[in-house]
Amino acid sequence: MIIKGKVYKFGNDINTDEIIPARYLNTSDPEILAKHCMEDTRPGFADLVEPGSIIAAGHNFGCGSSREHAPLAIKHTGIACIIAASFARIFFRNAINIGLPITESAQLVDRIKEGDRISIDLDSGKIDCPGGEVLSVPPFPEFMRAIISRGGWLPYLKGL
Amino acid sequence: MGMTLTEKILARKAGVEVLKPGDFIEIEPDLGLANDITAPLAITGFRKAGGKTVKYPERVFLVPDHFTPNKDILSAEQVKILKSFAEEYPGIHFFDQGEVGVEHALLPEIGAIQPGMVIIGADSHTCTYGALGAFATGVGSTDFAGFLLTGKAWLKVPSSIRVVFKGDLQNWVTGKDLILNLIGKISVSGARYKALEFSGPVIDALSIEGRLTMANMAIEAGAKNGIFRVDQKVMDYCSVKAHQDQFNFDADYKTESEDYERTVEIDVTGLRPQVAFPHLPENVRNAEDGRQIKIDQVVIGSCTNGRIEDLRLAAEILRGKRIAKGLRCIIIPATPRIYTQALNEGLFTVFLEAGAVISPPTCGPCLGGHMGILASGERCLSTTNRNFVGRMGHRESEVYLASPATAAATAVTGVITSPEQVEAVPGNRITKGDARDY
Ligand code: SF4
Repeated sequence: MIIKGKVYKFGNDINTDEIIPARYLNTSDPEILAKHCMEDTRPGFADLVEPGSIIAAGHNFGCGSSREHAPLAIKHTGIACIIAASFARIFFRNAINIGLPITESAQLVDRIKEGDRISIDLDSGKIDCPGGEVLSVPPFPEFMRAIISRGGWLPYLKGL
Repeated sequence: MGMTLTEKILARKAGVEVLKPGDFIEIEPDLGLANDITAPLAITGFRKAGGKTVKYPERVFLVPDHFTPNKDILSAEQVKILKSFAEEYPGIHFFDQGEVGVEHALLPEIGAIQPGMVIIGADSHTCTYGALGAFATGVGSTDFAGFLLTGKAWLKVPSSIRVVFKGDLQNWVTGKDLILNLIGKISVSGARYKALEFSGPVIDALSIEGRLTMANMAIEAGAKNGIFRVDQKVMDYCSVKAHQDQFNFDADYKTESEDYERTVEIDVTGLRPQVAFPHLPENVRNAEDGRQIKIDQVVIGSCTNGRIEDLRLAAEILRGKRIAKGLRCIIIPATPRIYTQALNEGLFTVFLEAGAVISPPTCGPCLGGHMGILASGERCLSTTNRNFVGRMGHRESEVYLASPATAAATAVTGVITSPEQVEAVPGNRITKGDARDY
């Protein structure tokens, strides 16, 4: 699976309250959630996202609460993939569980700027940066690839 | 190489002799919980996956605590989803208004948590239960849906960091100050994916309440779980007998330092009451460094510090005093039982005479839900666990995190104040602060 898109850059320790503020958690409707995605940290983000784009972020992306509404909101803005230097644990498993591709690269965020276009091949782990540089990220362990390839944890369980 | 306490509990659950950090396991947790925010998504997932039966209904706890009493139509609809699901599958534990309290204060209090259990919760502060010697970790709604359907969950075995607290604790220094100090030292990602195991003489002397506060904030250092050894206090608190077969205390506690990824030693001698400044729990300073900072609101409550000992500590400082002019002080007993106890001990009179407001048990303002939301530019000193941008209201508001003692002292003066700077008046039933021997 190859994802090509525009990059939106974020810093370190982006937390789930920034991704989707708790005041909107009285619903789990992904479309409503998506409208408020990153509202406090980058107002207007949801209107700006081109479908198929990529978030590139620093360390500990998604720290904070367990709300699956966070990856769900991001997914429904049209973001196709998140590449961060590292992820907070619960965010990581939530993204996998809902089938939002995410991967870790410590180098990427320093090598690109907001608005750059990059492509990532999730199977080989190759990231093509502007200017021709190619980064590689370690592939997921088999167990997790099985969950992703079946479209998430629930379809995976059903297939057992 | 041997195994750490966390690894031993997980190995027993997985039915294997040996586990090492990084191993993936599929297990059947002893208990799973979700709340009014996370359960609706899980129930939708359950139905979408064609769920017809709940595998272990008696292991399922649905606690609608975040927006209770329901703040609007949307939140009432969410709770209705939980309630009808619990009715559909008898055996599920559901807590309506009057019974509901903040989940991580409620479940230990009703005896649902026992040492040696493996617990998943669709709430990040599920790690609180580690204070009682359980392996407990936060997961997402889809994980919880999988648990409803199959009774199973997948986990990656974390490596462990051992934190040893030594030295002499000063007056007014509580479990909250210890955990804030640790997060300040190792950062909000210092224990990412790892287990934090707390030990040392200071921990042995700490009350159960103080330990629950510390385990609660393990996630604020990025940890997968926090865990404490089971001693007589835990056994008494949990009325442990029946579960001793599950848990071989002596063998589990024989660990060597090489079993741990690293050991962090903290000498608490001279440690002052701590405050985490905006906007991360790692921005920790001494409370007296905040003397110039004017505060608009104080909140005392939450799964971190809404237990009876916390309210007693606050009352010790508020007794016979008035809340500073222009400051709002909101006190939220975390569960109905704590509420009743505080009422019976006369703490409400202390709070009301001081000019505080008492809220029914709820998460409420902790997550910017309701019952005390901040306007732009306002500053709140809170006993909760997160001070992210916009956490308690407007994106230009600020949250400072501290112990109930520091919160009460601040409520009296109107600026961030260390409790020792305010005269305390102990009452008849007031026990000592939560980090001291009791
Ligand atoms: S009190 Fe705050 S941190 Fe605790 S469960 Fe409720 S919202 Fe979460």
